[in-house]
Amino acid sequence: MTILFDGIAYGMLLFILAVGLSVTMGLMNFINLAHGAFAMVGGYLTVVLMQRFDVPFLVCLPIAFAGTALLGAFLERTLYRPMYRKPHLDQVLFSIGLAFMAVASVDYFVGSQQQIMQLPEWLKGRTELGAGTPWELGMGHYRLFIIAVCAALTVGLQYVLSATRFGSRLRASVDDPRVAAGMGINVNVVFAMTFAVGSGLAGLGGALGAEVLGLDPTFPLKFMVYFLIVVAVGGTSSITGPLLAALLLGVADVAGKYYVPKLGAFIVYTLMLAILMWRPQGLFVRQGGK
Amino acid sequence: MANLQMPLLKKSAVQWWEPVLWLLAFSAPWAFPHHALIINEIAIVALFAVSLDLVLGYSGIVSLGHASFLGFGAYTAALFAKWIHPDPLLGLVVGTAAACVLGALCSATILRGSDLTRLMVTLGMALILFELANKFDGLTGGSDGLQGVVMGPVLGRFEFDLMGQVAASYSLAILLAIFFLARRLVHSPFGATLMAVRDNRLRAMAIGLPVSARLAVVYTIAAGIAGAAGALMAQTTGFASLDVFALERSADVMLMLVIGGVGWLYGGVVGAVVFKLMHDVISNITPQYWTFWMGLFLVVLVMVGRERLFKPWTWMGRS
Amino acid sequence: MNSSTVVLQTHGLVKRFGGITATDHVNLSINQGARHALIGPNGAGKTTLINLITGVLPQSEGRITLEGADITDLAPHQRVSRGLVRTFQINQLFSGMTPLETLVMVVSQHRGLGSRWWQALGQDKAVVERCGQLLEQFRLTDVMHQRTEQMPYGKRRLLEMAIALACEPRVLLLDEPVAGVPAGEREELLHTVSALPVDVSVVLIEHDMDLVFEFAKRITVLVNGAVLTEGTPAEIAQDPQVKAVYLGHGEGAHV
Repeated sequence: MTILFDGIAYGMLLFILAVGLSVTMGLMNFINLAHGAFAMVGGYLTVVLMQRFDVPFLVCLPIAFAGTALLGAFLERTLYRPMYRKPHLDQVLFSIGLAFMAVASVDYFVGSQQQIMQLPEWLKGRTELGAGTPWELGMGHYRLFIIAVCAALTVGLQYVLSATRFGSRLRASVDDPRVAAGMGINVNVVFAMTFAVGSGLAGLGGALGAEVLGLDPTFPLKFMVYFLIVVAVGGTSSITGPLLAALLLGVADVAGKYYVPKLGAFIVYTLMLAILMWRPQGLFVRQGGK
Repeated sequence: MANLQMPLLKKSAVQWWEPVLWLLAFSAPWAFPHHALIINEIAIVALFAVSLDLVLGYSGIVSLGHASFLGFGAYTAALFAKWIHPDPLLGLVVGTAAACVLGALCSATILRGSDLTRLMVTLGMALILFELANKFDGLTGGSDGLQGVVMGPVLGRFEFDLMGQVAASYSLAILLAIFFLARRLVHSPFGATLMAVRDNRLRAMAIGLPVSARLAVVYTIAAGIAGAAGALMAQTTGFASLDVFALERSADVMLMLVIGGVGWLYGGVVGAVVFKLMHDVISNITPQYWTFWMGLFLVVLVMVGRERLFKPWTWMGRS
Repeated sequence: MNSSTVVLQTHGLVKRFGGITATDHVNLSINQGARHALIGPNGAGKTTLINLITGVLPQSEGRITLEGADITDLAPHQRVSRGLVRTFQINQLFSGMTPLETLVMVVSQHRGLGSRWWQALGQDKAVVERCGQLLEQFRLTDVMHQRTEQMPYGKRRLLEMAIALACEPRVLLLDEPVAGVPAGEREELLHTVSALPVDVSVVLIEHDMDLVFEFAKRITVLVNGAVLTEGTPAEIAQDPQVKAVYLGHGEGAHV
């Protein structure tokens, strides 16, 4: 049961990290392999604030979000926008290039060692339920916190998408950008905001995840594969798709590493391959979606 | 009407600079004996890049896992040499054949879905092979790599020497042979049908091309060639390790191809030379920051436009 | 084969997309040597019907026969090798290749040489000669070495047609072939098509009524996915239902 719990925590974290990528792919049809770099930025921002400026952990989280979101908005406007029309190969090369630059810069300025995240006291510790029974559940408080925050964010995202005007503009733009533009929706603004929020969420995820996933300059490359899996399996036309995919991935990974440690990530990759063979458009795609 | 044949045939005719290039290449290991090792590396990596060009440049398949075949060929050849027979050419054939089989099996995975799906599927394949090689460490040596591969003499006469000159010449010879075959292929009607599939899959179907079958065939061939490169790698270094499956390999070779130009076979060769030399030079100056400059280069390259920066007459590989 | 032999036939062809019936029990019958036009208002489902016949879209119900053989379960490229060829309303060309290369490739494929990998493109004299003929026939000789993506629109439309003919069609389905072609050349293009030998049967989707009446010997009218009526040009021109469909649209009449 603990494994399930840990898996869910991991999955929710992955979801928050990857949801921006999924929406960007669906909206702008842009393969952004530098997405992991935004997560890394959020993580490092948090670490630096906490270590150098003694900013409390909880305060760092919104700052990580906002800071990364600003960075995302800036880059979208300047670098990414001309890339939307380019073929996918170019987008892949471009974003890999950005990721490389980010990785190398962080390595240069901060060094390549793992960053240690000092959690506040009240987040450390564990609660054990039903010890000794098969339903034994050990809940790390931090993981509980992660689940709570991510769940809240998910609900918030779903609300924004379905009940606000921005949400409906976003959905219209995903469905058909030209028609949306023709209806008076400022597609550029929608793109910019979405990219910013997506990057911000990645940054937040990076900050949240630093303790669980580790934080060093190779973070973007190491985890990019996982984000891509979430997007490829979950599809780009909803947020429930990537959510379920992320949960599935999280649980599979944790369970796999626990029960069959030698195989490690093998299970995850094989699962992904099998799913993509069976449903090349992803598991949870609407009929007629992209 | 015969004058229509000429422009077509001219495209596939051997250009004046080609024999010169190859002559220079073959004399290099003997003229610069201390650089024979890197020449060998360049030849191998050029072969790998050429195989990716068939898939990416001529057929439009975006693959981030081409190293699967490189690695599979390498391990097969290494194991063959170690346990069955140390003859290099035999091992080369076995490695190539094994990679072909893997390619044929995997080709089913790249036929459907979007570019992203293909990216993931090819990447996933390489990662799976990595994990498998890691797991079966009794066979493969795991993270220590497969060591102690001792090769017999090439063609029964040329022993591999310590300087690497024989190795370099061997690799160059194989590169030339395969390159020549690939060249014929891309300038043939078959090659033209591949480009048609790349440019407009819908229309390709509408003129009667069995698209899936074509893609499967070219993927298998490219896999075999990559396997040959892997076999050469294992044979000339006497060693096979896990990083042959790593993402960096697949990414590096894609980079090389982009540098040299996608869609004209020499792009792989040129790109390999330029990349390796750049890597050598930059690594000696600032070892950690190779990544940064590579990244910057990529960003600038894409923003300026791949066509405009290099060879304007090259066709951009449309994914 | 005489002109009363049926070469292409659809039997109760139906296509549904979710709740919409795009093709409604269409029975189409094309005779040998036909010059057959398919007309109807926008959204009538003409292109959908072509997509069904060529196998690009799978049908919800119904069967299709080509020269007596049931082709319903054949893949698109298999139908093409049996002689069922189409052109597209929007040019579908091979951007990186020149017209000469394109045609040589298509003709090679059709003569069974498409999988030859050791021979150079252009080495087969007969193939190249055939391409030279096609290039001349479609006035493409002056641009034959230009990359398709650099050619002017009118020439690209001509290439679109030339490619179809290079496939040695027995039944040719043309989807608005003269759209975008300058007025003076339209008649000529259609004349080239009409002048095709009798063993090629042609079905044409077109909106320009003058051209339709000049070209077609038989017309099928499609409305809302179903066949409204079928007959000779004279019959169709006088059919009150057809008039209502076409003339009524601008004057508030209902269909």
